[in-house]
Amino acid sequence: MTTADPPAAAPAAPRPARIRRHQWLAVLGPAVRTPRGAVGLALAALVALVAVAGPFVAPHSPDALVTLAYGKPSAAFPLGGDFLGRDVLSRVLAGGWLLLLMAVTATAIGVAAGAAAGVSAAYLRGRSDGLIMRTVDVILAFPQLVFALLLLSILGPRLWLIVLAVGLTHAPAVARVLRSATLDVCERDFVKVAELQGMRPAAVMAKEILPSLSTPLMVEAGLRLTYSIIIMSGLAFLGFGQPPPAPNWGTMINENRDGLSLNPWAVIVPAVLIAMLTIGTNLLTDSIGRVALGVDRRPEEAALVDDLGLSAGGGR
Amino acid sequence: MTTGGPVAAVATGPAGRDGEYRLAVRDLEIRSGRGGPPVVSGVSFAVRPGDVLGLVGESGSGKTTVALALLGHTRRGLAITGGEILLDGADLLRLKPGEMRRLRGARVSYVPQDPAAALNPALRIGYQLREALRVHAGVTRDPQARIAEVLREARLDTAPDMLQRYPHQLSGGQQQRVGLAMAFVCRPSLIVLDEPTTGLDVSTQRHILDTVRSLCRGYGVAAVYVSHDLAVVSELVADVAVMYAGRIVEAGPAAPLFSRPLHPYTRGLLASVPAPDGAARLAGIPGQQPPPGQRGPGCAFAPRCDLALDRCRAREPEPAVLAGRTVRCWRAAEVTPRPAGHGQVTVAAPPGRTVLSLRAVSASHGSVPVLSGIGLDVPARACVAIVGESGSGKTTLARCIIGLHRNWTGEITLHGAPLAHGARQRPREVLRQIQCVFQNPYTSLNPRKTVGQIIAEPLQRLGGLPRAGLAERVARALDDVSLGGGFASRYPDQLSGGERQRVAIARALAVEPDLLVCDEVTSALDVSVQAVIVELLRAVSAQRHLAMIFITHNLALVRSIAQFAVVLRAGAVVEAGPADRVLSRPASEYTARLMADVPRLATSPPP
Repeated sequence: MTTADPPAAAPAAPRPARIRRHQWLAVLGPAVRTPRGAVGLALAALVALVAVAGPFVAPHSPDALVTLAYGKPSAAFPLGGDFLGRDVLSRVLAGGWLLLLMAVTATAIGVAAGAAAGVSAAYLRGRSDGLIMRTVDVILAFPQLVFALLLLSILGPRLWLIVLAVGLTHAPAVARVLRSATLDVCERDFVKVAELQGMRPAAVMAKEILPSLSTPLMVEAGLRLTYSIIIMSGLAFLGFGQPPPAPNWGTMINENRDGLSLNPWAVIVPAVLIAMLTIGTNLLTDSIGRVALGVDRRPEEAALVDDLGLSAGGGR
Repeated sequence: MTTGGPVAAVATGPAGRDGEYRLAVRDLEIRSGRGGPPVVSGVSFAVRPGDVLGLVGESGSGKTTVALALLGHTRRGLAITGGEILLDGADLLRLKPGEMRRLRGARVSYVPQDPAAALNPALRIGYQLREALRVHAGVTRDPQARIAEVLREARLDTAPDMLQRYPHQLSGGQQQRVGLAMAFVCRPSLIVLDEPTTGLDVSTQRHILDTVRSLCRGYGVAAVYVSHDLAVVSELVADVAVMYAGRIVEAGPAAPLFSRPLHPYTRGLLASVPAPDGAARLAGIPGQQPPPGQRGPGCAFAPRCDLALDRCRAREPEPAVLAGRTVRCWRAAEVTPRPAGHGQVTVAAPPGRTVLSLRAVSASHGSVPVLSGIGLDVPARACVAIVGESGSGKTTLARCIIGLHRNWTGEITLHGAPLAHGARQRPREVLRQIQCVFQNPYTSLNPRKTVGQIIAEPLQRLGGLPRAGLAERVARALDDVSLGGGFASRYPDQLSGGERQRVAIARALAVEPDLLVCDEVTSALDVSVQAVIVELLRAVSAQRHLAMIFITHNLALVRSIAQFAVVLRAGAVVEAGPADRVLSRPASEYTARLMADVPRLATSPPP
C-alpha cells in the first residue's frame, strides 16, 4: 500500500475527556446506539437486574415448601409451584445471581489467559509462538462441555472447578483471535520505537500493544460471556452446578420438566431468562463488532473510531 | 495560449461552446450527506479530446472526490448535489443507474492509484481484460484482436504469456500497464487517472506517463490526471487545475501556470517542490488546509497566506479570468506574477570525525540476501543521503543500523566501538545515541498516548530523567520542532500528518542523539509539508552538530538536505560521494539514468 496520500485529517472536534481516557467507550457508545446494540443491552440488563436484585425482593424463601407441587399460578404465587411445592417466582428471582457471577468470572479467566497467550505468541514469535499455539491447538481439540464434564467427574462437582474449567476452555479461542490482532499491531512503528527505547518485552506488550486491542478484547469478552452462560446453565441442567436445594435456572429446567403440562411456567420462565440473557449479550457483542468493522456506524463516528485505531482489522 | 483557454471558456463562455470539449464540468457541488456542508463546490473545468487535464492538490483538497464524481460515483456519505458533468454534451448526472453502469468502463474509465489492489488476484490478466469487453458487448467484434492491440499500446506485448499470468506475477509497473490496458480496451471518450504512478519508481513512472500521453493523443481521449506531484503533472498535461479545500483556486494552461503562478497557494506549492538539479531551499507553506467541509466565510487559504487582507478573511473571492487563467483570489490582479523562486542553500559543512562507520555489511531476510558488502562513513555534522529504488535495500540498511534487523554480518561501529546486532543487546547509552524517525507518522505514534507521554518516554528511559522537570523538557522538545508546549496534552489523531512527523522528530531529538536515522520521513506527507519538515531537519541538524542518515527514494530532495549521497542498487553501493558530484556528474550509468528519469517542473509546454 502506498502512503503518499494520507487520508484527510478528521474534523478536530473536541472530544469528551472521558472518551479520551477510556477509549473503549468510543466503540461502546456508538454500538449501544444502534438498534441491535440497544436491544441487546436492554435484554441483558433486564435479566441482570432480575438476577442481582431478585434475591432481595423474593416474596418467599426459595427453599420453603409453601404451595402445592406443580401448583397452578395464583395471586399469592404468580408463577405457581415447582415439583416440591416451592414458589417458582422466588426461585427464579434467587436463582440467577450465582449463574451470572460464575459466567462472568469464567469469562474473565478465559479472556485474561487467552489474551496473555495470544499476545505473547504474536509478539515473541519463534519458538514461544510455536509452543503456545500448539498447546492451544491441543486444548482446542477437546469439546468444551466434554472437557468440563471430564474434569468434574474426576474431581467432583465443585463450583470453583466449574468456573476454572469453563474459563480455561475459552482461552484457546481467545488466544487465536488476539494473536492475529496482535500480529497486525506489532507491525506498527510505535512498537519498534518502544523496543528501540530499551523497553522490556513484557512492558511493550502491556503498555504499547494491549491498549490497541480493546476492540477485539471487547468482542471476545462478549462472545465468551454468551458461551459461558450457555455452558454454565447446561452444566447445571445436567446436575453439575450448585447441589440441590439451591435455586438455579439451569437446575430448575431439569427439575420441573416432568410437570411441564401441570405448571409450564416453572420451566418456561428460567429458560426464557437464559435465552434473553444469551441473545442480549450476543446482540451487544455483534453490534460492537459491526461498529468496529465499520458496517454499522455513522460517518462522523467512523472518523472517531478510525482515528483511535480501534477498527478490529484496522491499521494502515 | 490566449484567453480562450478551456477553463476560462467554461467559467465565462455560453453553453453553445461546449461542442469542442469532450468533457465539461460546471459548478460541481458535492456535500457530505444531503444537507451537510459542501466538500467540493463551484468546480468547473473542461477537457478537449486528446488533452490531459491535471487536477492537482494536496490530500484533503477534494481532487479524488471530483475525479470519482466524473464516473458518477461518490464515496459513502457524500452526494453530488449540484452542477453538471457533460460528456460529449450529455449530462452524466441525469443518467439512470443502469445507463450510468453501461457508460462506466465503456465510455468513461478509471485507472486507480494502486493497481495491485484493483486487479483481482485470483483471475488471469487475459480473463480480466476480456471481462471488460464482455460486459460492454458491442464495443468490438473481435475481442482477441482488440486485446492484442491494447497490449501492444500499453507496451505489455514483450512477454508472450502475459494473458496467462496472474497479477502477482507482474511487477508494479506491469500491473499499472494492465490497469491502463483495461481502461483503454473499450476505447473510452474519457479516462480518469487517480495518481496512477504514485507507488512506482521514477523510471517506471516515466514509461507509464509516456504511454498515457501517447494513448490519449492517439485516440482523442480526454483524460483527467489526478496527482499531488506537480513535477509529474507539469511534464504530462496541457492544462492544469489546482484544488484547495474543495475549490479550484487556479486553472489554466500548464506551462505559464507553473512558471508564473498567480494564486499564492500555487506559488507556495511550487516553492515546496524540490528541484533535482540544485540545492534549493524548500519554502513550504505554514499551517494546514481546513478539513473537508469546514471552511470559513472568507478565502479558505487566507489563514496560511502571507498576502491576506481583511477582505480575504471576510468574503470568498469569485473566480476571475486573468492572463488566460481562472484565479480565485482577491489580490491576483494586484500581485505581479513572479516566478516560483527557489532560494539556494549551501549544505556543505566541514565534516567532523566519523560518528558511524559500516564495513562490509551484508544482510539477508531469511536466506534471501538483501545487502552485500556495504561500506559507509557518516561524519559528525554531516547528512548522508541513501537513495535507491524500492527493493534496493535502503530500509534494511537503516534497520541494521538502528538494531531492528539482526541478521547481518560485517561491522558497524559507533564512535569506533562495534555495535551489537539487535537493539536488545545494545546498552541504553547506545540506544540513546542513535535515534530514528520512521516513514509513516500515522503508525509511529501510539494512538493511545498523549504527545507529552510519547516524548517523555525516551527521556525517562534513555535520558534517565526524573519525573520532576520532565514537563519542561517535553515543552522544550516541542518548541524545538516549532510545535509549542500546548501540543503535549493532545493525542496523535488530533494532529495532521506534518504535525505527527514533527512529534516523531521531537521524540528522537529530545534525548540529544549523535546520529539521527530518517527513513523516508517525508514520503507520507504532502509536498508543502515535506518542504517544512526537510527545512526543520536541516536546521536542527546544523544547530546540534547532528550526524544524519537521510533515506529517500526521491532524488530531488537529496541536494536540499545532504552533503553526501550513496546510491544503492540491489543491495550494493553503486556510487558514493559528495551529493553535488554524485547527482550532477554521476560516475555510474545507473545514477545518470535515475537522475534523467526524475520528473522536473516543466515550465514549457510538454512535447
